[in-house]
Order: sequence, then C-alpha cells, then structure tokens
Amino acid sequence: MVNKELRNLLSGDVMEEEMLLTLGELSRACRLPAERILELVDEGVIEPQGRNPVQWVFQGVCVRRVRCAQRLQRDLGVNPAGAALALDLLEELERLRARLKRMD
Amino acid sequence: MEYKDYYKIMGVKRDATQDEIKRSYRKLARKYHPDVSKEPDAEAHFKEVGEAYEVLKDPQKRAAYDQLGANWKSGQEFRPPPDWNQGFEFRGGGFTGGDSEHFSDFFESLFGAGGLGGRYTRREFHARGEDSYARVSIDLEDAYHGAARSLTLRGTEIGPDGRPQVKERTLNVRIPKGVRQGQHIRLAKQGGAGFGQGEPGDLYLEIEFQPHPFYKVEGKDVYLNLPLAPWEAALGATVKAPTPNGTVDLKIPAHSAAGRKLRLAGRGIPAKEPGDLYVVLQIELPKADNDPAIAAYQVFAKAFQFNPRAHLGV
Repeated sequence: MVNKELRNLLSGDVMEEEMLLTLGELSRACRLPAERILELVDEGVIEPQGRNPVQWVFQGVCVRRVRCAQRLQRDLGVNPAGAALALDLLEELERLRARLKRMD
Repeated sequence: MEYKDYYKIMGVKRDATQDEIKRSYRKLARKYHPDVSKEPDAEAHFKEVGEAYEVLKDPQKRAAYDQLGANWKSGQEFRPPPDWNQGFEFRGGGFTGGDSEHFSDFFESLFGAGGLGGRYTRREFHARGEDSYARVSIDLEDAYHGAARSLTLRGTEIGPDGRPQVKERTLNVRIPKGVRQGQHIRLAKQGGAGFGQGEPGDLYLEIEFQPHPFYKVEGKDVYLNLPLAPWEAALGATVKAPTPNGTVDLKIPAHSAAGRKLRLAGRGIPAKEPGDLYVVLQIELPKADNDPAIAAYQVFAKAFQFNPRAHLGV
C-alpha cells in the first residue's frame, strides 16, 4: 500500500521558483497568442530577461500575472495598462495583508 | 429548478436602462471578481452576476426573460411555460457569453436548450483540456522539510453522452521543500480532460499555510514572539527558543527592550537564499499574587528611581 502510494506520488514545478519559459512556452501556458503577451510586456506587467523576443526568458511567476491580467481584461473590461495597475496594487495589498497578519 | 431574479442579483429595477445595467454590472464585477475580492463566496457571486448580465445586457434575452412576468420570487420552484420564448431570435443559437458552462440550470432551461448539448457535440476538433486550480493547505513545517499530500479533487468531465458530469479523483502530490504561501505548483497534464485527441490541461495547486499557533510567516521570513522574564531581558541570558527545525539556545543580550528583533540568518523557509527567522522579544511580568512576590516588587520599586512616563512630561 505504502509502495503503491509512493509510486503514484506526483511531483510538480513550483511556478515562482527557478522555472524559466520562452515566449512560446509562456504563450502556450497562458493560452494566448504571442501578440497579447507582447502587449503585456509593453505595459510592464511581465519583464523578460534577454535582449530581443527570440532570446527572451520569463520567470514562472509571469504565468500567474498574465493569466490574472487576462481575466481582469475579459471580466472587467480594463485595458492592458489598467490591468497592469490593478496587478501592482493587488500585489501591494497582498504584501500589506501578510504584514498585518504577522502583526496580529 | 429555482427561479432566479436577475434584476435583484444585478441590484437594478426592472425598468433599468441598458446603461444602468452595464454600470451596475461593472461595479459588481469589480466587487466580486475572484482575483480582486476578499468577499466570502466571491466566485459564486461573480458567476451569478455574470449570468444575470448575460441575460440583461442582451435586449432579446432580456425581453424574453421579462415575459416570464414580475411575480416570480428568487428561489421559487420554476418550470418554463411551454413555448415561452417563441419568436425570439436566440432560440437554438446557444450562448454568446464566455464562461457559459458555469451558468445555472435556470439559465440553461431558458436560453440553453440545444445550446449546451450542441456546444459539446460541435467540438469535433481536438483541443487541450482546461487547466484546473485547487488550494492545498500545508503546515509551515512541511515547507521546511517537504511533505506528501493526498488531495481529493472534484472536476467536471465530459461523459459519453456529451454532457459534463462531476467526477472525483484522488491525487498524491509531493510538496517540495521551500515552498511558500501563495506559490503555485504546476502538475502538467493533471487538469481537465482534452477533447478528441487533445492533451489534458494542467493542474495548478496554490499553497496556503495553516495558521501556526506561534510562528507567523511573511514571504520566506518567519517570525516568532519570544517571551522573556524582566531580569532575562535586563541582564542578558541564554534561553531556549523553538524553531521549525527544532529547539535552539538563544543568547539574549543584556539591556534588551521589548520589541527587539533578533535575526537568525538562514533559519527561515529554505531556498537557495533561505529566509531568516526573526525572534521578537516580549517581556512578561510575573504576577504579584503572593507575599514573597509582592515583597520582591517592593524591593524593585525602592531600588529604581524609575519614571517610565518621564518622556510624556509627567
């Protein structure tokens, strides 16, 4: 029984750590055409490392940011700049909430 | 099936203009958007509002809905009258909206007849399955040592009749050492089943720490409030302190004030650059509830010419 459980143990990647994606991989993971990803890069929602799109690599956390930006655009009718602002504010809020929780 | 009062859900009167409906929708969508909202049941509210808007924003659907009459109450048992929507153009046209598979039976019975079934049978192409999300609660200690968790997930799959059905499955997942609050673990191909020969989607697990009785976590740093006796703080001492990795002997410098933070570098959540453990000193006063204790406090009072309110000018 124990062996069977061990055999079925699934391992995943932690998105926020050490995971690097190319533009193509990011766009597949987010199910968005590359042009939409470029829009979000222009707004600074995500920041690639590398000089040009062919060499770009994105950190795993970008998947979450792009998906969130995408949902905000679709559901709330904001444009990419508005989504970028909302994401920054949400992250700030998250940090402050964590600090508040620690102070309790 | 229960009648749904879309006007009530949207918070508008039955004679509201399309603009009023749109404004109200935008406001409610911001309030309940699952990415933004901390309201309880935000997601359920958001879906309900989305469904109401799907009907009220479309003059055809709205007119058909209005035709049911204004006497229905939310939650009332409901059957659509036969041929109730005759003469409206959307009949058989299916959905126009995005997340329509999450709409209620009520919606489906009014606008979805031939829509939902058609929606899936029309998918003759091969498409990747949907990504799914779940939350995993772990203990702080699991982040220090790694762990395995057994999760039971409920998801919808497309049954042999082409309609979605709820299925439960259990996964055993490795929780990697060093994982932090709010991080996501991606399990490739463990999401919703694909269509045709399409691959399954991915499963994303969001990590959530169970509240710990004495550790607080901020990012990869961990905080511990450590109570000291007044003489330990004043004179300095070596005291035992718990850490998620086991008890340590901690040297308290003399003249420590309450609130002083001692940093134990690298003893936070493990990583390539691990977090730190901060020990925040607190001073506990022993109770003066017996004669020797009262006498000791009196000796204290005599020994110090101490006015703790000097800086307040009194």
